Amino acid sequence: MATEAFTLDDLKAILLEAAGADEAVDLDGDILDTEFEALGYESLALLETGGRIERTYQISLDDDALTGAVTPRALIDVVNAQLSAATSA
Amino acid sequence: MTERRVVITGMEVLAPGGVGTKNFWSLLSEGRTATRRITFFDPSPFRSKVAAEIDFDPYEHGLGPQEIRRMDRAAQLAVVAARGAVADSGIELTELDPYRVGVTVGSAVGATMGLDQEYRVVSDGGRLDLVDHTYAPPHLYSHLVPSSFAAEVAWAVGAEGPTAVVSTGCTSGIDSVGHAIELIREGSADVMVAGSSDAPISPITMACFDAIKATTPRHDAPECASRPFDGTRNGFVLGEGAAIFVLEELQSAKRRRAHIYAEIAGYATRSNAYHMTGLRPDGAEMAEAITVALDEARMNVESIDYINAHGSGTKQNDRHETAAFKKSLGEHAYRTPVSSIKSMVGHSLGAIGSIEIAASALAMEYNVVPPTANLHTPDPECDLDYVPLTARSQRTDAVLTVGSGFGGFQSAMVLARPERSAA
Amino acid sequence: MSASVVVTGLGVAAPNGLGTKEFWSATCEGSSGIGRVTRFDPSGYPARLAGEVPGFVAEDHLPSRLIPQTDRMTRMALAAADWALADAGVDPGELPEFSMGVVTASSSGGFEFGQNELRKLWSLGSHHVSAYQSFAWFYAVNSGQISIRNGMKGPSGVVVSDQAGGLDAVAQARRQIRKGTRLVVSGAVDASICPWGWVAQLTSGRLSTSEEPDRAYLPFDRDARGHVPGEGGAILILEDAEAARERGARVYGEIAGYGATFDPRPGSGRGPGLRRAIEIALADAAVEPSQVDVVFADAAAVPDLDRIEAEAITAVFGARGVPVTAPKTMTGRLYSGGAPLDLAAALLAMTDGLIPPTVHIQPSPEYELDLVLDEPRAAPVRTALVLARGHGGFNSAVVVRAAGQDAA
Repeated sequence: MATEAFTLDDLKAILLEAAGADEAVDLDGDILDTEFEALGYESLALLETGGRIERTYQISLDDDALTGAVTPRALIDVVNAQLSAATSA
Repeated sequence: MTERRVVITGMEVLAPGGVGTKNFWSLLSEGRTATRRITFFDPSPFRSKVAAEIDFDPYEHGLGPQEIRRMDRAAQLAVVAARGAVADSGIELTELDPYRVGVTVGSAVGATMGLDQEYRVVSDGGRLDLVDHTYAPPHLYSHLVPSSFAAEVAWAVGAEGPTAVVSTGCTSGIDSVGHAIELIREGSADVMVAGSSDAPISPITMACFDAIKATTPRHDAPECASRPFDGTRNGFVLGEGAAIFVLEELQSAKRRRAHIYAEIAGYATRSNAYHMTGLRPDGAEMAEAITVALDEARMNVESIDYINAHGSGTKQNDRHETAAFKKSLGEHAYRTPVSSIKSMVGHSLGAIGSIEIAASALAMEYNVVPPTANLHTPDPECDLDYVPLTARSQRTDAVLTVGSGFGGFQSAMVLARPERSAA
Repeated sequence: MSASVVVTGLGVAAPNGLGTKEFWSATCEGSSGIGRVTRFDPSGYPARLAGEVPGFVAEDHLPSRLIPQTDRMTRMALAAADWALADAGVDPGELPEFSMGVVTASSSGGFEFGQNELRKLWSLGSHHVSAYQSFAWFYAVNSGQISIRNGMKGPSGVVVSDQAGGLDAVAQARRQIRKGTRLVVSGAVDASICPWGWVAQLTSGRLSTSEEPDRAYLPFDRDARGHVPGEGGAILILEDAEAARERGARVYGEIAGYGATFDPRPGSGRGPGLRRAIEIALADAAVEPSQVDVVFADAAAVPDLDRIEAEAITAVFGARGVPVTAPKTMTGRLYSGGAPLDLAAALLAMTDGLIPPTVHIQPSPEYELDLVLDEPRAAPVRTALVLARGHGGFNSAVVVRAAGQDAA
């Protein structure tokens, strides 16, 4: 199922659509463990991003899981956990 | 130069659970709540399923069939409240120069309910991008421009002076009254019929607040859903309503021996210039608004007997506001009762500021501080005296009421007895 | 004694010119921005012409972070505010945060943004509604976004009174400066040229259904048949005159007087309130009618409303007693953005000694107005009156006056 997993590129595409990008930040750099706040995304941008992920992948992200995921890596993990739960269900 | 001072001589409140000022005050002073599972539409697809709805029959309140057809619900509430306020004040507006009587109506979201319903029709359930004009009702323009609310109120009371809608998100209800007092003080009007109205309980509003998780997902016990300052709070409960006042210059109010509820002694608004929906935890800009409003009233912080809080019941707001009270009032913040009536009537966006001004004036009228309902679990970050559950009798001569709105608006108003500074 | 309040910066987004210079040269040349609607296919609607702002690419002017959360009107307002601040030579970062405010007008909010979210709500379901819908469409959004972008923490506000709102906002901005705020960003930008906004505007019964761009919007003409709606507006930087002088700012002119009234309820038998609004504004500015060099008309292009306006102007100034113009015949009516754009034109008219023309019309002899037609008229302009009316009966008037020649 690895090909269907939610990747950093998927996340970046959704982030750009949902909230653009801060001019001072290079999203193509090594950002996996950089906190969203440092990347210029505040909670509103992440709510919009979360909503778009939910609609695109037809999953539901728990409130606490979403607010707890403060880096791209953490958010990607949350999404992939949901995706695999959905496929195994 | 004699300074023109502005007093409230009439009011009418239409709030959930309290249609009419008297019923509204009964609800507050008894600590009852008017939040319930939404009945206006099926709330089951939504994250938040509760709201504070008014049981409002426009016919019962004297509106005619054509008035009802052309007005959005929020405009209907505004007109009924305006007529009630004028009657309560005992003022004979027909005896005044109509150019000296103005109107301001606050509204955050205008004719949202009407727009939502009519869009659904002209787009045939969202199917048509090029929406069908042949299905548009003849008065859709009045929904497009919420200035129609002020026009309707001006027609209802016969005002021909400065007239406008003030729309600053959730501080609209304070800023509308603030705008009106500035017009009287500067001499542009002698009487203002001013207040605010919003009727936002519609699918589009519920959906947008769902998307930012601003409204509470708690719906097991709707009557306990709004929990400002409580440790378990997790969002606000949407409401609706209107409150309209008759505002007059103090001397002319005295001349006609009007009943004076309170003087609006100070008002200020500031912006946080930070975020459209977010708040910095320090509350600095709200604190600044409070300080400026007190300065304008020439009152010191110790004179404030009660703080009518914005208290929306979001994690962020209640913390922000508590910090603002401490920053502006210092130690006095700990000695002053603070309460949020949103625990009982919900958050009616642009209307609530005026409804809270009414609650503040009534607290002075009856020397009773309304409680914060549903406050059972303390929050270490909210450590002031929030008057939990039960109203409190106490001498109340001056009240601070505040609001905070999307867009970063922070407003503060000070109500006091006019005789306080007779010296 | 009240402090005088001056305009030190202009930012314009108009259908006949994006940018102040472009707008002003087009306006003096009589060049119109009215054409067939391009933002959607208008062929199914009875009205098909609009004044659309040409060539505005938001990405060229704003950070990408702001794009997903803004309606077109907000994007144009943010850009116009940037231009106005630059024009004024103000760097907001250098002024105390609480000394600057933002007071704008809005007529109908971010209607296109709202349309898109309503479509998602009703066609796809509530989960498809954007997080930004909680503010992107509402009436306060431009003031909020401008204050955030520029770090302005002073008193801000928003007034809504349809087309009159643009003047009411400027008056409220002046009020805040008189109470001690040093600088206020004011004016308005509106844009609701989207199918949903179009259908709502159609119900006013005041849209012209002509398909000829030069015959569609004809105020004071016997063939007046309603207006062409437009988008855009102007953002103005208002400052305390003393503070502006201290920093050596270039001053376009002073906001010298303001008056507002509301028409009596239909059927009351009382006359309309526009004349009174003009008289209040002149008295507020301590200006005699004979001192007014030009009137920028509201120019509804609805026969009854044109008559009311012509009568109010002649009642105050006498028959053909003052030059009258309506450069909005080149842009359409921009709702709350219209009057701030007229204020910008009035201030530029002062600077250049040139009254911009009214185009396309054959004035009806019924109106005893000295209309400036087709060509700009060279004339010293030291005092100008701008009129604006909103649907339902809002009447507002602002007097602008040239800054004293020795002001700098």
